[in-house]
Amino acid sequence: MAERSFAKEVEDLRLGDGQEFHGEGILAITKALLQSGVGYVAGYQGAPISHLMDVLSDAQDILSDLGVHFETSASEATAAATLAASVMYPIRGAVTFKSPVGTNVASDALANLASGGVTGGALIIVGEDYGEGSSIMQERSHAYAMKSQVWLLDPRPDLESIVRAVETGFELSEASNTPVMLEVRIRACHVRGSFRTKANQRPAMSVKDALEAPRRDTGRVVLPPASYVHEKEKIEKRWPAAIKFIKERGLNEFVPGDIADVGIILQGGMYNGVLRALQGLGLADVWGTSRIPLYVLNVTYPLVPDEVADFCRNKRAVLLVEEGQPDFIEQALAKILRQANISTPLSGKDLFPMAGEYTAQVMGDAIGAFVRQWIPDSLAPSVRASNAPPALEEKHARALAEVVPARPPGFCTGCPERPIFAAMKLVERELGPHHVAADIGCHLFAIMPPFNIGTTTMGYGLGAASASAFNVKAAKRSIAVMGDGGFWHNGLTSGIGNAVFNKSDGVILVVDNHYSAATGGQDLLSSRAANRSRSTRHAITEAVKGMGVGWVRQIDRTYDVGRMRDTLKEALTTDQPGPKVIVASSECMLNRQRRERPLFAKAVKAGQRMVRQRFGVDEDVCTGDHACIRLSGCPSLSVKQTADPLKDDPVASIDNSCVGCGNCGDVAEAAVLCPSFYRADIIINPTGWDRAVAQMRAAVIGFFQRLRAKRRLRLA
Amino acid sequence: MDAVLSLPTLDTRRPTAIAVMAMGGQGGGVLVDWIVALIESQGWLAQSTSVPGVAQRTGATIYYVEAIESDGSGRRPVLSLMPVPGEVDIVIGAELMEAGRAMQRGLVSPDRTTLIASSHRAYAVSEKIAPGDGAGDPAKVYEAARAASRQFLAFDMAAIAEQSESVISAALFGALAASGALPFPRAAYEATIREAGVGVEASLSAFGRAYDAAVTELRSPSPAPSGNTTRKELPDLKPVGDAGFDALVERARQLPEPVHGMLAAGLGRVVDFQDAAYGREYLDRVESFAEFGANALTTAAAKQIARAMAYDDVIRVADLKTRDSRFARVRAEVAAQPDQLVYATEFMHPRMEEVCGTLPAGLGLWIESSPRVLGFLRRFVDHGRRVRTGTIGWFLTLYLLAGLRRFRRGTLRHRREQAHIEAWLERARTVARRDVALAAEILEARRLVKGYSDTHDSGEGKFSRLMAMAGKLDGRPDAADWMRRLRASALADAEGRTLDDTIKTIESFL
Repeated sequence: MAERSFAKEVEDLRLGDGQEFHGEGILAITKALLQSGVGYVAGYQGAPISHLMDVLSDAQDILSDLGVHFETSASEATAAATLAASVMYPIRGAVTFKSPVGTNVASDALANLASGGVTGGALIIVGEDYGEGSSIMQERSHAYAMKSQVWLLDPRPDLESIVRAVETGFELSEASNTPVMLEVRIRACHVRGSFRTKANQRPAMSVKDALEAPRRDTGRVVLPPASYVHEKEKIEKRWPAAIKFIKERGLNEFVPGDIADVGIILQGGMYNGVLRALQGLGLADVWGTSRIPLYVLNVTYPLVPDEVADFCRNKRAVLLVEEGQPDFIEQALAKILRQANISTPLSGKDLFPMAGEYTAQVMGDAIGAFVRQWIPDSLAPSVRASNAPPALEEKHARALAEVVPARPPGFCTGCPERPIFAAMKLVERELGPHHVAADIGCHLFAIMPPFNIGTTTMGYGLGAASASAFNVKAAKRSIAVMGDGGFWHNGLTSGIGNAVFNKSDGVILVVDNHYSAATGGQDLLSSRAANRSRSTRHAITEAVKGMGVGWVRQIDRTYDVGRMRDTLKEALTTDQPGPKVIVASSECMLNRQRRERPLFAKAVKAGQRMVRQRFGVDEDVCTGDHACIRLSGCPSLSVKQTADPLKDDPVASIDNSCVGCGNCGDVAEAAVLCPSFYRADIIINPTGWDRAVAQMRAAVIGFFQRLRAKRRLRLA
Repeated sequence: MDAVLSLPTLDTRRPTAIAVMAMGGQGGGVLVDWIVALIESQGWLAQSTSVPGVAQRTGATIYYVEAIESDGSGRRPVLSLMPVPGEVDIVIGAELMEAGRAMQRGLVSPDRTTLIASSHRAYAVSEKIAPGDGAGDPAKVYEAARAASRQFLAFDMAAIAEQSESVISAALFGALAASGALPFPRAAYEATIREAGVGVEASLSAFGRAYDAAVTELRSPSPAPSGNTTRKELPDLKPVGDAGFDALVERARQLPEPVHGMLAAGLGRVVDFQDAAYGREYLDRVESFAEFGANALTTAAAKQIARAMAYDDVIRVADLKTRDSRFARVRAEVAAQPDQLVYATEFMHPRMEEVCGTLPAGLGLWIESSPRVLGFLRRFVDHGRRVRTGTIGWFLTLYLLAGLRRFRRGTLRHRREQAHIEAWLERARTVARRDVALAAEILEARRLVKGYSDTHDSGEGKFSRLMAMAGKLDGRPDAADWMRRLRASALADAEGRTLDDTIKTIESFL
């Protein structure tokens, strides 16, 4: 079950003709798919399109009412391969994943799909994880569109444009027999806005219809000689068809402006940023009126040479706004202008930075520079000679740089992965540091303080694979970490299978938190909860043993730091040959709390006896050394300034957000830290027996306490 | 397309821009949803965005809202998806340092921005892991905020939320309403909360409290916090009605008045730790430093000698854990209701070191020197124990341990501590004859000795390195200053990297 429920919001997916939809970009995309008569949808979760998968998952009733099939794919490669259903059959299909990482994984299937071409509209919705908030390497999906010849849509970041892009994307795909990629940036995925809806359409042909009346055509299979024909077809038929469609349907937009001798060409996704920058210069307003003509590329691949030439001809200068690198569009524009013999100067990466996000600041600076260079007279005097002082004086900027701490993401309160890395720290103390191959997932937060564990990350599920070279006789073994998400994505074969086959001697630690947790808590094969529409509860250890691993240990409570440490030590020192696999399982605390909290509250309300646990620190006993924090980093374990004049340093302190996971106590015990931690068991709605026992205890304990208190001086 | 257009009429209005700086898990999304709903309910058009990604896992994150009054034409505005530095009207920091981060990002400007911040601190990992005090100074944020914003409104909204058993979003929403930065009446805000329909009563309560607090704050802003440290509470040096203790107080009063507060604290600690006789030893030691006539040195002595003498041994821990005041404190800390029962479980891991330390010195030494006996006993002793202090059996065990206090002077640990203290103090006294400032620094270096087991060892290691450096620096006019820097670097990180660097620097000129 995913972290965020869209159960309420998905009702908006039923809106009919001419109604007003209010909501997030992700939900609008789903609505657009249904309006377009999509036949099947698949995908793999990952920011920024995780919620798209969650919405689809929560909308399964609506989907099945319409006869739309929905799959939670095993990986992006699976998702892309799903589009095979649109090769022979006129069924519209859509898949979604994070990009470019997901596109990397999907590229084999995408290339094959693009080669044979499609009959039904095939839409690949990629969440472009670039710029602020991104968790991956900074690259562009654009290169994939170019190399496989897949058309790339980059609509303006408002719901209407995005919805239109989905609808026309299917048509473009069908008109040119080519898969279409729809790129949505992080902020656009999460933008909240509105659009006018249309009624949902049942697919003209369902997957069921196709299954019952199969068709085939060897000409669509990627095998010589057909594959040679495909390449020619791409150039001779599909490309011209796409250009024709884009032109005729006006997918790219022209915004007129009175200063007609200059112009700006921009990716659709950059539109709002460009408009805001122009507004800052007094050359546009908030309603989209611009004094400079704009050519908005809602399709960034392929470019339409005629449109480009017409826009640039007779202008003194044109600015291209293209985020990311390499500057594919700029290169292509230069070629188009050269071939059309148009000498209009083209600016782009000379004014914009080659690398990095086009933030509001970057946008304002670059467009400002372009305007000052070519049309300085159009600027209002106040803008031209702005002498506004810097917002933050130098001395304050310096002071803030000293005190404002970096706040990278980290393990949540009560996270079951924290004790795993605390145990690794303890093993490190005994056996020295090891080479630790990290992976993608929440567990990657261990690379940061306080744990500082993990050397490389080579891609989702590739933790064990990335330790492959270290399979040599040595005094130490490598440790590879992998999450349950990565394990099922590909780690079982790329990591475990590879290690078995190559007789690896390394240690593989599978962090099993019962969900694909980092992407929002989606279910997996090994999830423990029953899922109405998916088959769960397939044990990772069984899969590992099936792969041929001899040394397998399952730990069912990662909070047992001592056991975790001993198991790791055993794995690192055992004589048994072959890979050593430890499956460390405890439920993701975010999900567990979300599941258990309402039940707990309900039981308390009903008067049932319930025990809540949380941890605390005895202020008198704590010496303020913070060793416990260096083995934890839990948000609820913090420091507190103290009024005790004999203590110079703040003491450790646990706040009420503590979920009582037990990590503090176990670490204090296993690492022999200090006796200041305590766990408080709070008995809510105690029974008569509880109260009687408590009274008896209080009588005895109170007697002795008073006895000693009498002899002790009461000081202050 | 090439047609020459006449100059279009541009609407010169700017959208209202609101940035919310929060930490993942704080519920910033709820606040943004309320803000958008509020704005739309007033007939405005709004757009919000966020970049959750992995930042939702406790990291710093930013939400952004733009809004403009509809012009009635049915046109949709083109709104920015990210804040433009210098063009943000309202910045809401859900934690003090996040407000600081907003200023660093240029989102706060003196001519335009209302900066609303909860003044509470959620310390970042980098601030918490320092062995010393790694927390950033909040006063710097206040200073910058007052200079850089049009209006700065800060108070502890986390505390208000907690009082109302609500979330910080509700308190922030209340502060926003009171600030008047948006032209909407209070009733519209409250209607928005009701409309959202989740935890309405608690949210409204936090909203109202924050509204009132904000109004007060706007009328007369509270002073900026001075530094990070909570004001130390120095007790009065006064008689308590016990002849033994009051004699000590009388004696301590002969020392200079400015030292009295620290003396009272120190005296209280050591007498509580052992007995009045131990208090006399304490005063003997402090007086030996008072002779030099430097109050700073005497204060350092009063503080550090008390800390050293009231070391944390098994007896002390057992005593602190079994006091009635401690039982009450646990109840208060976990916010237990009167009808609820609370039991504490302690996590203790006694090692043979602690056991030997608690034995009579001769016996303890004998066991320590015999690996076989030590190894044999270790098997029974050296493992973690969950001690349920609220049960009679465990309570009496700890109680009896605490009762060993009367034998403490004979224990191995006590003998070792005293020898350590004496060597350290003797050294400081010798130095004090030439350089009282350096002597005070030698005393203050004791701050490094803290924690238990490995942590304690590493603290002692650092302390010894400082003592060695004191020897090398002795005789230089800047010796005390360098010792202060050495102490600060020793407390900067656990591994001692900063300390290594400082030592290298010193050795380069010695």
